[in-house]
Amino acid sequence: MKILVPCKRVPDADQKIEVHPDGSAIISAHLPFLLNPFDAIAVEEAVRIREQRDGETEILAVTIGEEVCQDELRTALAMGADRALLVVCLQPPDPWNVARILRAVTQREQPDLVLMGKQAVDDDSNQVGQFLAALLDWPQATFASRLNFVDNGLRVARETDAGLETVTVSLPAVVTTDLRLNEPRYASLTSILKARKQSIDQFCLADLAVELEPRLEIRHLETTASARSCQWVTSAAELVDRLRRETH
Amino acid sequence: MKCLVVAEHDGATVRAGSLAALGFAADVAAQTGGSTTWLILGHELNDVSQHAARYAAVLAGDHPLLAAPTADRYAAVIDDQTRRGEFDLVVAAASTFAKDVVGRAGGLLGGAMASDVVAHRWENDRLVMQRPMYAGAVLATVVLSGSPQIVTVRPTAYAAPQPRTEPAEIATVGIDAETLPQHIEWLELETRPTHRPDVSEAQIVVSGGRAIRDRDDFERLIGGLADALGGATGSSRALVDAGITPNEFQVGQTGKIVAPELYCAVGISGAVQHLAGMKNSKMIVAINQDADAPIFEVADYGLVGDVYQVVPELIQRLKDEPDRHHPPPES
Repeated sequence: MKILVPCKRVPDADQKIEVHPDGSAIISAHLPFLLNPFDAIAVEEAVRIREQRDGETEILAVTIGEEVCQDELRTALAMGADRALLVVCLQPPDPWNVARILRAVTQREQPDLVLMGKQAVDDDSNQVGQFLAALLDWPQATFASRLNFVDNGLRVARETDAGLETVTVSLPAVVTTDLRLNEPRYASLTSILKARKQSIDQFCLADLAVELEPRLEIRHLETTASARSCQWVTSAAELVDRLRRETH
Repeated sequence: MKCLVVAEHDGATVRAGSLAALGFAADVAAQTGGSTTWLILGHELNDVSQHAARYAAVLAGDHPLLAAPTADRYAAVIDDQTRRGEFDLVVAAASTFAKDVVGRAGGLLGGAMASDVVAHRWENDRLVMQRPMYAGAVLATVVLSGSPQIVTVRPTAYAAPQPRTEPAEIATVGIDAETLPQHIEWLELETRPTHRPDVSEAQIVVSGGRAIRDRDDFERLIGGLADALGGATGSSRALVDAGITPNEFQVGQTGKIVAPELYCAVGISGAVQHLAGMKNSKMIVAINQDADAPIFEVADYGLVGDVYQVVPELIQRLKDEPDRHHPPPES
């Protein structure tokens, strides 16, 4: 079994995001970055699958971006990925092009399973897994909160608006992870140090025969702020009184 | 633009979120001299088709193989109908259904897709849209290249159009079972029955957070307050992770996005991910023991106190004042 885990470098969600005055981009100079939390769940799940299958599983982490994105690949390696691959791309590609690049990597590496975050917490698009499954003509199971291997593939419990849905998909397949699938481990110091020394393969887009086809253009960014100011009440009685006055 | 709106339904009626998506599409169509058409997929669609036809023309894809929303089959039909009908814009409400199914269709249709759109304008022959990023901390202005364009909209940002005076036409589309992909087998949906409204569609939502210690307390305090107000129940991530509430209750960046008339956050500290799912509510009331909790930064009314003391008293006082506390009905 070979599992491909796409990984994305994103700003730490606990940090305040600010935008350049010209609206062109976020101010990233001093922001801490990390592995997209949903991708960390995907890496963790891949490692657990390998643990259950007596090691006969290879986990390949892949990212797309600048050299600095190797940091997040090393996080994946420290968590237990076997190999890592950086597709060098200086402009951040939109979801369609991320999916096209991942298709090329998938065709080259021939994994049985692509396991990836359901969304990246920077652009919140929630598109790439579905695009990739469509491009590959593979089945998909999005928003997974439980995975079990069964005779004819994977049984996946999915978190939907209506409740927990269960589907079976044949392999190869694309599965996107939701919050309840697992709690990612903290890498040990030893594995972090070991991951620093591991080599990371690099490809450029030409190596993969991919030319970018931009679909989503971001013209402008602005921050949003709450215009509310909290009025304090000191008792349940006062709160009920205020609500009554507000609504009549 | 010729707009195809993929409907989400329960077999009887189209969901409120899909009507909001139709509202978006109808506005784009009006500005561009276009049209709107529903695409309804499923099995035994007579009732829902008639409901939908009160708002726009219907294409109904009715087949036993479409009885459950399997992404590969649904996306194949959306792809096929979009190409046959030469639609320029495919629209759906941003729900888990659309993210799964319409997202895959977007991959089949060339990938020009914008998710979670909250505003739009027609400018220099381009559809210019706004969508949140970074858990709602940033609003991005985006345009798509390529055709068709695929858009999911936040139902909280759009209103349903007025029903037509006469029902529109209902046409059935041919479903070729031979060519439908069948690599995903739908097994079951596990859902907790409730007498309360759906959290995505309710006018009043009461949500509980970490301060709630177990299921019984959630039902008594959050459920009790929701019933006293005539609202739905929701929760923060912490309670879903703890197994106290089911996943479909989660309000937030990666859960449900709500904007009811009244949102009561009970014992929720207000992580940025939770705020992303509720900060556009018309009125926000927060009850929390910690006066410095970030939830108060987005609240209109704040009460610092132990929810185990405050909420039972609130429920009692609301019960003592029947029908005087409800916000006005939807305008």
